[in-house]
Amino acid sequence: MDFTLTPEQQAFRERTRAWLKANIPAEWKAIGSTEVPRPEAYVFLRKWQKKMHEGGLIGATWPKEYGGQGLTFVEEMILHEEMALQKAPPMLNVLGVGMAGPTIIAYGTEEQKKRFPEKILTCEEIWCQGYSEPNAGSDLAGLQTRAVKDGDYYVINGQKVWTSLAHMADWMMLLARTDPEAPKHKGITYFLLDMHLPGVTVKPLKQITGDAEFNEVFFDNVRVHERHVLGGVNNGWAVGLTTLMYERLALGFGLQMRLRIALESLIEMARRVEKTGRTITKDPVMRQKIAQLWMDTEALKYTGARAITKLLKGELPGPEASTGKMGWVETHQKLQELAMEIEGAYSQLMKGSERAIDGGVWQYGFLRSRANSIEGGTTEVQKNIIGERVLGLPKG
Amino acid sequence: MDFGFNQEQELLRATARKFFENECTSEFVRARMAEPAGVTDDFWKKLAEQGWLGLIYAEEFDGTGLGFVDLTVLMEEMGRAVMPGPFFSTVLLGGLAIQEAGSAAQKKEWLSKISAGQTKTTLAFTEPNARWDAAGITASAKESGGKFTLTGTKLFVLDAHVADVIVVAARTREGKRPEEGLSLFLVPKGAKGLEVKLLPTMDQTRKLCEVTFHEVTVGADALLGAKDQAWGPLSRVLDRATVALCAEMCGGAQRVLDMTTDYAKIRVAFGKPIGSYQGVKHRAADMLVEVENAKSLTYYAAWAMDENVPEAPLAASMAKAYVSDAYRRTAGAGIQLHGGIGFTWEHDLHLYFKRAKSSEFTFGDASYHRERVAQLINL
Repeated sequence: MDFTLTPEQQAFRERTRAWLKANIPAEWKAIGSTEVPRPEAYVFLRKWQKKMHEGGLIGATWPKEYGGQGLTFVEEMILHEEMALQKAPPMLNVLGVGMAGPTIIAYGTEEQKKRFPEKILTCEEIWCQGYSEPNAGSDLAGLQTRAVKDGDYYVINGQKVWTSLAHMADWMMLLARTDPEAPKHKGITYFLLDMHLPGVTVKPLKQITGDAEFNEVFFDNVRVHERHVLGGVNNGWAVGLTTLMYERLALGFGLQMRLRIALESLIEMARRVEKTGRTITKDPVMRQKIAQLWMDTEALKYTGARAITKLLKGELPGPEASTGKMGWVETHQKLQELAMEIEGAYSQLMKGSERAIDGGVWQYGFLRSRANSIEGGTTEVQKNIIGERVLGLPKG
Repeated sequence: MDFGFNQEQELLRATARKFFENECTSEFVRARMAEPAGVTDDFWKKLAEQGWLGLIYAEEFDGTGLGFVDLTVLMEEMGRAVMPGPFFSTVLLGGLAIQEAGSAAQKKEWLSKISAGQTKTTLAFTEPNARWDAAGITASAKESGGKFTLTGTKLFVLDAHVADVIVVAARTREGKRPEEGLSLFLVPKGAKGLEVKLLPTMDQTRKLCEVTFHEVTVGADALLGAKDQAWGPLSRVLDRATVALCAEMCGGAQRVLDMTTDYAKIRVAFGKPIGSYQGVKHRAADMLVEVENAKSLTYYAAWAMDENVPEAPLAASMAKAYVSDAYRRTAGAGIQLHGGIGFTWEHDLHLYFKRAKSSEFTFGDASYHRERVAQLINL
């Protein structure tokens, strides 16, 4: 067991820190929310990601020939730690960097690997994920969007829902059914879908936050060339699961970062907010709650580090890897609840009120956090997966 | 970066598991629960032969010279077996106090004997006020004519009734701060005025004593380390013992989870194994999440102890606060998911449930350590 970094890794940390210090713009402080990218920050965030890529910070683990740095998960972790410490803006193309890119690198043809990954890193092309449907959420393999072969093309018809970033995405990771006769896991194909093709319609869904970050996406005879099949026809389930594994792993670093930034901000707020005549940080009950959050955040970090260690040694991740998403969700929702508790009556005031604490930024985060235990696999499904695949309990 | 165990450590784990499966069976544990000593001479000798009594002591003191991460592996296996007896009090309390505070000669004398299995010891720290901080120490040691006279009562002292020598924390001077003026003394078994009373405990695998010092007089050579300066070494002992206890608790919690999932696979209700029902499956998943996080914080704390990093005390408190809750909840859930059989004396679950409870309050409970975390992160 050794947490010390090699001289090269230490140098990477110092270089990353110096770059972030020098390059995080002052304007971010004004727009800055620690949460997921919000519409008013899109233009800024697109520029920011491009700049980070030029600084050599994005795509640490991707091969150099596809625009990455050819480094290990340790550097990836260092990057996210430093982004947290410097309160850096989030990555806009988070689904592309965390999911589409790694899956294309794992399954893509040489042509696909040359075509897509680098534009993901530079934020030139934004990606969304077309998995969930109105009747296929947790039961993803029940998806009904059809892809029918027609010459060199597949004709897509159907609908996706809860599609984050679809309203601005250039490409979609699309799962569609190519063989309706096969058992439901076997007849699915993974497509790289150009969102600008005729027949693609995106309708924003207004969420409980008031923002429209999710969308419905409709496909009406959309013609996708067969060179945009990823990982083979009817092999989409395996490819799609790889994406989900990357989602949980790679996004895990980002989630970890957001949690840490949010925790620091929460503590900072607790130092200046009063409750029944004394500062929150002097209240013994609130001290307990904040300390517990600190511990939970640290526990997630080290549980993640154990999973990475196994990956670095070429072993399969153990039980510690599967618990990350669920643990993060619980901790993040607890954090957002605590932020409301710290604000007390002020928690009712939204952005726009001069009385709102911190410009009402916590209210958005609190509402948004309710989606955490649903998106990317509900907590209930996660618990089934842990129960069955890790603990070996029988299926229901 | 490497947050895993190396091959030697995995080997130690395998050896220890096999050893305890053979030597520390449920029957053995239950027999020890029923008698005062909590250990047999034969078992103690075997621990010495394995090199485990001196695992963390330097080779010059006949120890094995291994570190806290290595110890973590062993402690997890001991916790898995709910091992009774004075290992913890001897190796991690009395022995560690001697290592942290003692002179070279004292270390040579005592640590060698401990490693060889010839001496059992403990640390008399807490008092009826049940505090784990320096302010809790009110027992006094008055110096006169080159001798010290100890007066006071120590409570919750682990295994004092079998200790050959007791390390006692006492106040030699009233300081401005409670951390000032504390000293440690080595008091041999049978000293005049020393009264040791074994207490009935909920967790019968842990033997607790009340130790009263009715003007016990010891020579200057009984002073362990520098007079008035004991808090530094003592707090290091407490942090280290806390982390070792956390590792033991993790091992116990993992065992409860294993027993529970094994049972959920075979116990049939309404025509199906109960583990197929989400009410059971989800609770088992919750147990796993807590147990894995408990291990992560414990392993990190063990590494922090080995490396003496500045955040080591914070790491110890984070681990103890988290693991205290996690083991208690895991053991409780284990009983619940077993149903009626889990509530019987015959089933081993109650041994773990009670160990979780006694461990929860040893070295401070979760709320004590959360407050310490709050202080250490400058809240």
